[in-house]
Amino acid sequence: MLRIKSLLIPGVDKKLLVKDATKLMPELSRRRFIAGGASLGALTLLTGCDVSDSFSAESMLTRISKFNDGVQAAIFNPNAMAPTFSEKDIRRPFPFNAYYTEDEAPNIEGKDWKLEVSGLVQNRKSWTLDELYKLPEVKQITRHICVEGWSAIGSWSGTPLRDFLKLVGADTSAKYVWFRCAEDYTSPLDMPTALHPQTQMTFKFDDKILPRAYGYPMKIRVPTKLGFKNPKYVVSMEVTNDYKGGYWEDQGYNSFSGS
Amino acid sequence: MSSMTLSEPSTAPASSKVIQPGWVRTMHWINAVAMIMMIMSGWQIYNAAPLFDFRFSHAITLGGWLGGALLWHFAAMWLLMVNGLAYLTVGLITGRFRKKLLPLTPSGVLTDTRLALTGKLSHADLTKYNYVQKLLYAGIILVGIVVVLSGLSIWKPVQLQWLTALFGGYDVARYVHFAAMAAIVGFLVIHVILALLVPKSLRAMIIGR
Ligand code: HEM
Repeated sequence: MLRIKSLLIPGVDKKLLVKDATKLMPELSRRRFIAGGASLGALTLLTGCDVSDSFSAESMLTRISKFNDGVQAAIFNPNAMAPTFSEKDIRRPFPFNAYYTEDEAPNIEGKDWKLEVSGLVQNRKSWTLDELYKLPEVKQITRHICVEGWSAIGSWSGTPLRDFLKLVGADTSAKYVWFRCAEDYTSPLDMPTALHPQTQMTFKFDDKILPRAYGYPMKIRVPTKLGFKNPKYVVSMEVTNDYKGGYWEDQGYNSFSGS
Repeated sequence: MSSMTLSEPSTAPASSKVIQPGWVRTMHWINAVAMIMMIMSGWQIYNAAPLFDFRFSHAITLGGWLGGALLWHFAAMWLLMVNGLAYLTVGLITGRFRKKLLPLTPSGVLTDTRLALTGKLSHADLTKYNYVQKLLYAGIILVGIVVVLSGLSIWKPVQLQWLTALFGGYDVARYVHFAAMAAIVGFLVIHVILALLVPKSLRAMIIGR
């Protein structure tokens, strides 16, 4: 019970969080969001929301979304594995998807790239790609499910994140691993999911070095989450108890977004 | 809601006989609101990755964009599920489903359909459903169960993977979910038209008699 409660309030003042999140929402989507809420007219009346003050509908929805974070964390089974598939199920070419086009994607020079490790870890050294490539490799063929509804099966290889967290002496009782990417994309991952055996620091797609389109040099593959919780072009990971938000999470996508 | 009584009052004099008990009316309208929110937000979600060669007009969707629609969908689902579960429980316990919806025979449905189409179906006793109503109401309860279960299966294809597998996998479950929505919308259109054609049935669903 205590666990559920603490997950409902992930270390921050909920009101402040909502306020910050709405402030951070890009102006356009914010307006679209409000317009959608207001066009509801009679419906919002029936649900007891003030139509003229559509922020209240928004804050109610945000509160329920926080509640849904708690529900999902509570039903998350660390021993439930995402279904795996065979080579013949792999989608080729695998779809590229981002809020920018493929040629706007970060173009990273592997030699210059380093993974920064910070926060509640014993060893804060940065890692080069060569060092990371030496870690044990696991291959997984799983289904990537996008928040938009489409899905595609792909093959990802790399090292289990939980082994890496152990290696750097991470405090695994912390709440989140927070990822930052080359294009300033961010996303928090709850610790139980970070420790799931299938959660992976990915260096290869379909047995070949991760191409630029899929997140070179490193992606975090989380088959128990929706696609936007699988950051690409990762440059830093921080083990933290603070909820630091994320690119899509701040705009209204449910933060847990588990599958 | 002082008339919230769980038993079917059958001793009342015929003139003031309760046609729809309070719990049915309450849950019916909660369901109507929840369903409309689920359908309209579902259409907006659909638009993000359409299954077919069309999109729903923005004017009839809820949420404004994918993120907003998902917030509505996963909020209204609680209203729909809690209300639906309560409805199924009370309907089974009080024997209302058995009394109102059974027996449901093909010959009865055929006869009543013919009568309805020729305008000869009687609506004198609204406490008894004719066979067309029985079929539609039993059917829509089943479709309601399918839309919720297929929804859960595409929401949690890992945690509830047995359910997703039951629907034939994630991609098929999406089509099942969509088809169930389409069936509900189809029902809704017929249901509203028929209720307007027999206004006293609508009155009964609002004030009970
Ligand atoms: C507990 C009940 C329900 C749950 C858990 C649920 C869940 C979901 C999920 C997870 C999606 C896909 C989201 C995505 O593509 O990212 C979805 C889509 C959708 N839902 Fe539901 N849903 C429920 C009930 C309903 C109901 C009652 C209706 C309408 C009668 C409905 C209509 C739709 C539609 C039209 C879509 C878009 C189909 C698609 O593109 O895949 N849902 N729902």
